[in-house]
Amino acid sequence: MDVLTAALGQLFVPYHLAIIIGGTTVGLFVGAMPGLSATMALAVLLPFTFAMPALAGLIGLGSVYMGAIYGGAFSAILINAPGTPSSIATTFDGYPMAKAGRAEEALTAATIASVLGGLFGVFALLVLAPPLAAFSLRFGPPEYFWVAVLGLTLIGSLSAGSLLKGLLGGALGVLLSIIGVSPIGGESRFTYGFPALQGGVELIVALIGLFVIPELLVMAGTGIAALTRTTSVGSKRKGVMWPTIKRVLSMPGNLLRSMVIGEIVSVIPGAGGNIAGLLAYNEAKRASKHPEEYGKGSIEGLVASESSNNVTVAGSMVPLLTLGIPGAPPDALILGAMLMHGLRPGAELFSVSGVLTYGFILSMGLSALVMLPIGLLGGRLIYETVVRVPPYFLVPTIATMAILGSYALRNSMTDVMIMLVLGIAGYVLKELGFHPAPIALGLILGPIAETGFVQATLMGSSLTYPFLKLFESPLSRILIALSLLAIVWPWFTAWRHRRQRARGGPA
Amino acid sequence: MTPLRRTLAVALVALVGVAFAQFPERDITYVISFNAGGESDITARLQQPHLEDILGVNVSIVNRPGGGGAVAWSESQRSTDPDGYTIIGVNLPHIATQPMERTDTGFETDNFEIITWFQFTPNALLVRNDSPFQTLDELIAYAKENPGSVTLGGSGSNTANHIAVLQLEQFADIDLTYVPFTGTGPTVPALLGGHVTGLMSYSPMAVLQQDQVRTLAIASAERVSFLPDAPTFVEQGIDIVSGAHRGVAAPPGTPEDVVATLADAFEEASRRISTEQEEMGFVMLNVRGDEADALIDQVSEEYAAILETLQ
Repeated sequence: MDVLTAALGQLFVPYHLAIIIGGTTVGLFVGAMPGLSATMALAVLLPFTFAMPALAGLIGLGSVYMGAIYGGAFSAILINAPGTPSSIATTFDGYPMAKAGRAEEALTAATIASVLGGLFGVFALLVLAPPLAAFSLRFGPPEYFWVAVLGLTLIGSLSAGSLLKGLLGGALGVLLSIIGVSPIGGESRFTYGFPALQGGVELIVALIGLFVIPELLVMAGTGIAALTRTTSVGSKRKGVMWPTIKRVLSMPGNLLRSMVIGEIVSVIPGAGGNIAGLLAYNEAKRASKHPEEYGKGSIEGLVASESSNNVTVAGSMVPLLTLGIPGAPPDALILGAMLMHGLRPGAELFSVSGVLTYGFILSMGLSALVMLPIGLLGGRLIYETVVRVPPYFLVPTIATMAILGSYALRNSMTDVMIMLVLGIAGYVLKELGFHPAPIALGLILGPIAETGFVQATLMGSSLTYPFLKLFESPLSRILIALSLLAIVWPWFTAWRHRRQRARGGPA
Repeated sequence: MTPLRRTLAVALVALVGVAFAQFPERDITYVISFNAGGESDITARLQQPHLEDILGVNVSIVNRPGGGGAVAWSESQRSTDPDGYTIIGVNLPHIATQPMERTDTGFETDNFEIITWFQFTPNALLVRNDSPFQTLDELIAYAKENPGSVTLGGSGSNTANHIAVLQLEQFADIDLTYVPFTGTGPTVPALLGGHVTGLMSYSPMAVLQQDQVRTLAIASAERVSFLPDAPTFVEQGIDIVSGAHRGVAAPPGTPEDVVATLADAFEEASRRISTEQEEMGFVMLNVRGDEADALIDQVSEEYAAILETLQ
């Protein structure tokens, strides 16, 4: 406890507080721009931290990271563009809410959920880091394969409408993920002799294409702005914030479930906020009394996604600080900053350099709190701007952002081309009734499944049947059972409904 | 401008440039062909402030990841002006092995103007602290009894890690199972979680994880300062000296004096960060000029020989 008080004392000096506020704000804007990722922001900041004292440098990086994951919600809600991959699930209900004139409500809900998620992650990091780190090590290649399979079962609930179209979309996503140099083996696939295609289809580039461009085309075609302010909200705007805050706080079950999912997913190295958000969204839908509202503007779905993805910021620090394993790409830069200041992850970090380490952890909590005023004020500002801009300005502006974002990610014109091709394909697919979410899911999970499968069979090469390695560990079997359950569940509920109706009971 | 005029203009500018101007006159772009946060990227960002200080211009780092580095390397050779204002990080054995295994990399191993190789990370064979294997000999003896059941994780296919495992198999006459991972990062949980017997990784990992792993052997010619207790492969009778080299290159055709200026700047930047780098497990080098090309040839020959046995 002494060390915590000492650490807190270190934080409450003007210099550090200024870094937290500044860092969180910068992160928020970076996150809100599709294509500018948290990793990139941290990389640009890294050289500056070498010249700073260790604590100040780490606080800066942590605050930007926290702000960026939250900032992704803004573009997800307002222009259907996941600003970071973590906010894919936020688009599902956030954008429909905005289209229905409930953008302010959505932004407020996202802010509250993000703040709570951020605080929960810091709390878990403070009290549960060692057991969580031990848990994360249970995941080896076979388990990663099954995690990916479990993730693919989400297609069932994400493909609103036709299951067949959902599965086809998922397969298309997996197919897109195969382009480029293979993760294991290193041979190039489907590059058709173009060296530039060796890099494959980057997730964010595909997300911008699939999510943003179809909306833009619709907006350009109809000439009607997607976001309109409904008069009822406009006339008594003061009334939006408090009821929304109350509404979010009135779903403790949803919040807790989503945050626990976020924590579990984030401590597994390599699985990040995008998978956490999607899983939390899916579970929230499954537990909801109104699953039919999901995808059409359900505040519950939005809260599930945003609360879980902000847990992952501190969550991915668990394997980093205890074991020196960067759980997500931005963590590698934080590790770099630590090493340059002579700090090596492990038990010593919490004892010998305890004040500094706890100072860093607590600063992420403060950063989450800072998001509250910045998000509520900044959110309203951005929203007002977007709503006031007429479509003939808005469409080119968003299109420019989409192109810049696709380019900036890897400084690649090829990526801009890929984005545009996928955007047009996405528009056609949308007209045919395909939702982009299953495609994104296939793109995220395809490589994880492939890598896990190949590695597991290689690991089992001394067995008579190498693939049996996939079924060896108890954790693998649990994951298989969960996947089966996820597949059977919709049929089971349908069957129960039918039986209840047959008995004349309430449906 | 007509092509001829353009050529003349460029030639004139180049001439004047050589005669009067002092390189560099404007900002330099330092391309890194891997993701932000990777080891190559972090090293470049360590050098960046010092390079700016030494050269007196801004040095901006641009990440162009893809294809294991090949996307940016092919671009550097195909469409970058050879004026020294756009330089690119290069890695060995990557630039040697990729053209051997794929036909569409878009770059040639020998078509770089190497400024300097500034860093070397020897391969290191790691097991968990609580592993039954105390020495390399014990691991080899066990592998002889149980062919294929010793699994060694490492970063990627046909990489320095992979080749070192193949060499170990060949020299010790044993059968191991190499499990490639997508980078050094994911190998650590695989080892600490007991999913693989050991890792063929690089020296910085041995330093970073020293509380939790034992280094059975390191593939440097002599013992390294940062891990004085770690024995080399050579002193244990296995002749493996290998690892990954990191350097920086300009497009082919860059003027010699520009390359020299850049090489001096990198040498000085490396010197300034050498203490921190060595503590992190990097061996600092300064291999430039003809020696730099000789290093590529040596690595290429070694790897071509071992990859041939795979076919």
